[in-house]
Amino acid sequence: MTEATRADVCAVAVAECFRGDGEIMVSPMGVTPTLGARLAKATFEPDLVLTDGMNLIVSAVLPLGEAPSDAEVEGWMPFPRVFDTLWWGKRHVMMGASQIDRFGNQNIACIGDFHRPKAQLLGVRGAPGNTINHATSYWVPRHSARVFVERVDVVCGVGYDRAAALPAPSRVGHEIRRVVTDLAVLDFETPDHRMRVRSVHPGVTLDEVREATGFELVADGEVPTTRLPTAAEIEVLRRLDPKGHATKEVQS
Amino acid sequence: MMDKVMTLDEVAGELRDGMTVGIGGWGSRRKPMALVRAIVRSGVKDLTVVSYGGPDVGILCKTGQARRVVYGFVSLDSIPLEPHFRAARQAGSVEVMELDEGMFQWGLRAAAQRLPFLPTRAGLGSDVLRHHPELRTVQSPYDDGETLVAMPALRLDVALIHMNRADAHGNGQYLGRDPYFDEWFCMAADRAFMSCERVVPTEALLAGGPLQSLSINRMMVQGVVEAPNGAHFTECPPDYGRDEAFQRAYAASAKDDAAWEAFRAKYLDVDEAAYQKAVAK
Repeated sequence: MTEATRADVCAVAVAECFRGDGEIMVSPMGVTPTLGARLAKATFEPDLVLTDGMNLIVSAVLPLGEAPSDAEVEGWMPFPRVFDTLWWGKRHVMMGASQIDRFGNQNIACIGDFHRPKAQLLGVRGAPGNTINHATSYWVPRHSARVFVERVDVVCGVGYDRAAALPAPSRVGHEIRRVVTDLAVLDFETPDHRMRVRSVHPGVTLDEVREATGFELVADGEVPTTRLPTAAEIEVLRRLDPKGHATKEVQS
Repeated sequence: MMDKVMTLDEVAGELRDGMTVGIGGWGSRRKPMALVRAIVRSGVKDLTVVSYGGPDVGILCKTGQARRVVYGFVSLDSIPLEPHFRAARQAGSVEVMELDEGMFQWGLRAAAQRLPFLPTRAGLGSDVLRHHPELRTVQSPYDDGETLVAMPALRLDVALIHMNRADAHGNGQYLGRDPYFDEWFCMAADRAFMSCERVVPTEALLAGGPLQSLSINRMMVQGVVEAPNGAHFTECPPDYGRDEAFQRAYAASAKDDAAWEAFRAKYLDVDEAAYQKAVAK
């Protein structure tokens, strides 16, 4: 068996975010999220609905960058239908985050004052609607105190403290499930939904994760180690990412 | 039936200073770029540009013709951050309304239905409402009593879209895989102008693609322009993909004033025929 890289561990940790999701649309943004979602579909979540990142629902689990043949397409998901689907709630998105805080508020819009930003980024995109309507996870390829901040400059994706301030019917779809980084897996499974270390990747210490985080993380007792891929999973990952794109995103 | 065929410059001539202009497509995909270039030549100013933004927004920010931009994002897709839009934001030279992408769609749909607003949960709890106090909420009149965002209608003076094929009467056809929101832009606008790769006889439309590809009907459109390669450098499949090399050159024009002036002189201060000649491979 080929030895597992840090990138493999991350891809499996991403796949685990979608365990139990069943027949819903998973929208991964970025290389490792896409690889992880495809790994989940190829192994323990075969009913996931995945697109080519644009407008085709692809039945086959294809290597990154490979366009589906007609026989590998099972449906159509143009942008107007994406909004219908996300408001319907049958979706789990994994977005990036330029900044994220302890309650999972996420910023991809700009750095600095919104009215005169130091750095304009993407804009809020679909983050407000995604987070209030269905499950959301985040992928951070470089865990650092610049990303994990005390306060985000713009709340795009809505975190647990903001959601808690809304009346119950408004947060029926709200769930920030996990944050996967190159160092650890984090979740919000604490009484007040503060970010918690769910596991640290093999070879990473809890102190390293804490040092790379700009706020205090919850860590109860002995923090487990993120699981290694199985031999079968490694085989699938090599098939889905033959050129090793994920290892360029996450160094071992 | 009316013949609605016009020239690019005739469409730009319909715009007035201070108008609100919606631009179809998405990011760097099937944008009516030939019409945007005509707007640059016309010099019309103080525009409010409403767009799922790409280089249309970047160019009109850089030329100073966009006073205000309403958007969910501005991106070149393969180049995630639009450099001219970034520069305008960071210089504080453009006013903005930055919306969730779904709220944006709802605003177009409200305008298309002649409603003052449409309710949605998108935006609740986020900073979109904090940054734009003009956005209000509404309480459900039913027993649930839920408070929702009342997304106001995004009413447009003019909408501009680009399609693969159209007839002279304003029936439009997309042959790619995504209609985007072009039909809602048209219905949200007082008047809509459609450029296309090729004007064909009405009876030839269905030979080119399935019935479902006829997403724009002539009630939605007041002017038609034949503009081959008119979405360049954005993609317009299956007619052509994005011109990535040109897009990189466009992005590089944000480096400094000299780079922009060179780009502008070569590609924008010229008519469409000269532009097409300059970008022909």
